[in-house]
Amino acid sequence: MRIIVPIKQVPETTNVKMDPVTGTMVREGVEAIINPLDLYAIEAAAQLKEKFGSKIVTISMGPAKAEEALREAIAMGCDEAILLTDKAFAGADTWATSYTLAQAIRRIGEFDLILCGERATDGDTGQVGPGIAAWLDLPFATYVSKIESIQDGEIIVERMVENGYEMLSMPMPCLLTVVKEINYPRLPSLKGKIAAKQKQVAYWGTAEIGAQPNNIGLKGSPTRVVKIATPQVARFGKIVQPKDEHELNRALDELIDMLKQKAIL
Amino acid sequence: MEYKGVWILGEQDEGRIKLVTLELLKRGRALADKRNVPLTAILLGEKIDAESLKKLGHYGADQVIVVEHPVLRYYLPEPYLNVCKVLIEKHHPEIMIASATTTGRSLMPALAVKCATGLTADCTELDIEEETGNLIQTRPAIGGNILATIKTPVHRPQMATVRPHSNKPLEPDPQRQAQIIYEKVDENLLGSRVKRIGFKANPAETASIQEADVVVAGGKGFKKAENFKMVHQLANLLNGAVGASRDAVDLGWAPYAAQVGLSGKTVSPKFYLAIGISGSVQHLAGIKTAEMIAAINNDPEAQIFQVTDFGIVADLFEVAPLLIEKLRNHLPDKEA
Ligand SMILES: Cc1cc2nc3c(=O)[nH]c(=O)nc-3n(C[C@H](O)[C@H](O)[C@H](O)COP(=O)(O)OP(=O)(O)OC[C@H]3O[C@@H](n4cnc5c(N)ncnc54)[C@H](O)[C@@H]3O)c2cc1C
Ligand SMILES: Nc1ncnc2c1ncn2[C@@H]1O[C@H](COP(=O)(O)O)[C@@H](O)[C@H]1O
Repeated sequence: MRIIVPIKQVPETTNVKMDPVTGTMVREGVEAIINPLDLYAIEAAAQLKEKFGSKIVTISMGPAKAEEALREAIAMGCDEAILLTDKAFAGADTWATSYTLAQAIRRIGEFDLILCGERATDGDTGQVGPGIAAWLDLPFATYVSKIESIQDGEIIVERMVENGYEMLSMPMPCLLTVVKEINYPRLPSLKGKIAAKQKQVAYWGTAEIGAQPNNIGLKGSPTRVVKIATPQVARFGKIVQPKDEHELNRALDELIDMLKQKAIL
Repeated sequence: MEYKGVWILGEQDEGRIKLVTLELLKRGRALADKRNVPLTAILLGEKIDAESLKKLGHYGADQVIVVEHPVLRYYLPEPYLNVCKVLIEKHHPEIMIASATTTGRSLMPALAVKCATGLTADCTELDIEEETGNLIQTRPAIGGNILATIKTPVHRPQMATVRPHSNKPLEPDPQRQAQIIYEKVDENLLGSRVKRIGFKANPAETASIQEADVVVAGGKGFKKAENFKMVHQLANLLNGAVGASRDAVDLGWAPYAAQVGLSGKTVSPKFYLAIGISGSVQHLAGIKTAEMIAAINNDPEAQIFQVTDFGIVADLFEVAPLLIEKLRNHLPDKEA
């Protein structure tokens, strides 16, 4: 079985600082990490590898620096890594990104399964996975919380929706985007770390994947970001620090009154 | 080719129209009025309740296009994609919006690829640029640290998903009627390689934090799994759903489905009560569109207080039991 895992390198957003003047993110000193939600896709692939002896190809579109993310994925069990890097890919929205990744996947050739993260924590769209499936005309499922079984080329998965879990079956090859509930990502093993140092990461550009120049990068992107603003978060609400039980009682009565006014109670 | 009209993609469950549909109608109505064009609701299902279809007119639709077929009973990627695509190719809407639910966020990206057009995810504001008809789409990104405004200047239809419950439906106006059109599509388009073979409903109290009017969420401040039952009691008393911070989920006190925030769910309830939650940027990213936020935390410096309408600085082990008691007195017939 051959599994492809597209991963993205994103800024570590735990301590994001915004420049109050420009409204953009302060990038200096911000670490780049594997999109945390992609770790679950890598882990899901690694578990299938243990069970079925699969081969895992991880792939990322991004600057040369994204090679670090790919090496980390190798350390977690991926066998091959491909970095799609080309000036012409820059500025891609999810439409152009999913096209570029789909082209690269065509070039990789045969595969049984594509595993994506639920969404990337920077752009936060979750659109690339279903986009790739559409380009490649694959059956797909989003928000997969469990891979139930794989048998005779048919995969059964559980999909997390608003009011519960759907059980879905579909033929492979197919694409899944997975949610955090699916597993606990492993830490890289020693063997993995050594592999990560030794393995070659392939670099592919527009020519290698045979991409239509009109479909890639900013030029190929139907959407345009026209403005970036810092949201006003502060609500200037009331804060009370009750000193005794009497004051606490009063505070809670006030809260209950607010709920009544809002017709919640 | 002329693209004209505003479409919303409605959602149904067992033939009943979901609330997100009505919310979208309000968004769509504002856009259609500004553009001076009709507003159309698209509904796919097996058999959709005819009375509720009529009501879509009261809530703002000028037209409802319904496609019924057994395979459309539940959302499945391929038939939904094919049906939406043929409808778009037949009618050429200028704008199509869907709710950013698990259905909308799955279907729309594939549809945008197939229709060779742009899609903006999880918008919290939509507007029209009058000269061009461009949809001005605003959405939070990078964990809610920025608000990005996005346009699709050339490609049509312009597509967006809208954060569920980020607005209320219009007041229904029984005088308003919509024209209801049943369309048939070619059977060949209705095949599905993906089959739905089962469903497991959530237990009532984890019932969708995204749909609840009230969410009571607990964090690491609860110290132990057994203390977390106070969150359930409060949620129950307030007819709400139970939410949790990531730490509480990681500790096994609540299921992942209850996680609120950047790597969990984004919620927009009328009332969000955060107890023993510090209010990390990742957590706040999930609650910014809540209507009213209250918090209980014993640390006056906790970040959660930056976004609260009402904050109580106190020990949750004193506040929560007292609040439970008070609510019980208020609702004597309620068990919790
Ligand atoms: C990529 C990434 C994604 C993430 N995604 C999410 C996400 O989706 N959702 C999320 O929630 N987090 C997320 N996090 C984690 C986030 O950074 C925080 O670690 C987490 O939200 C903290 O959870 P908490 O508030 O329950 O715990 P803590 O930060 O430990 O806060 C506990 C709070 O309880 C208070 N407390 C303690 N005892 C009492 C008491 N007796 N009475 C009253 N108050 C008390 C404390 O003052 C403290 O403020 C993410 C992190 C990363 C890096
Ligand atoms: N530049 C990229 N390179 C490789 N994979 C990507 C890239 N962008 C997104 N993905 C994949 O698509 C998923 C969803 O990302 P997004 O649609 O950007 O939120 C991620 O979790 C990755 O699996």
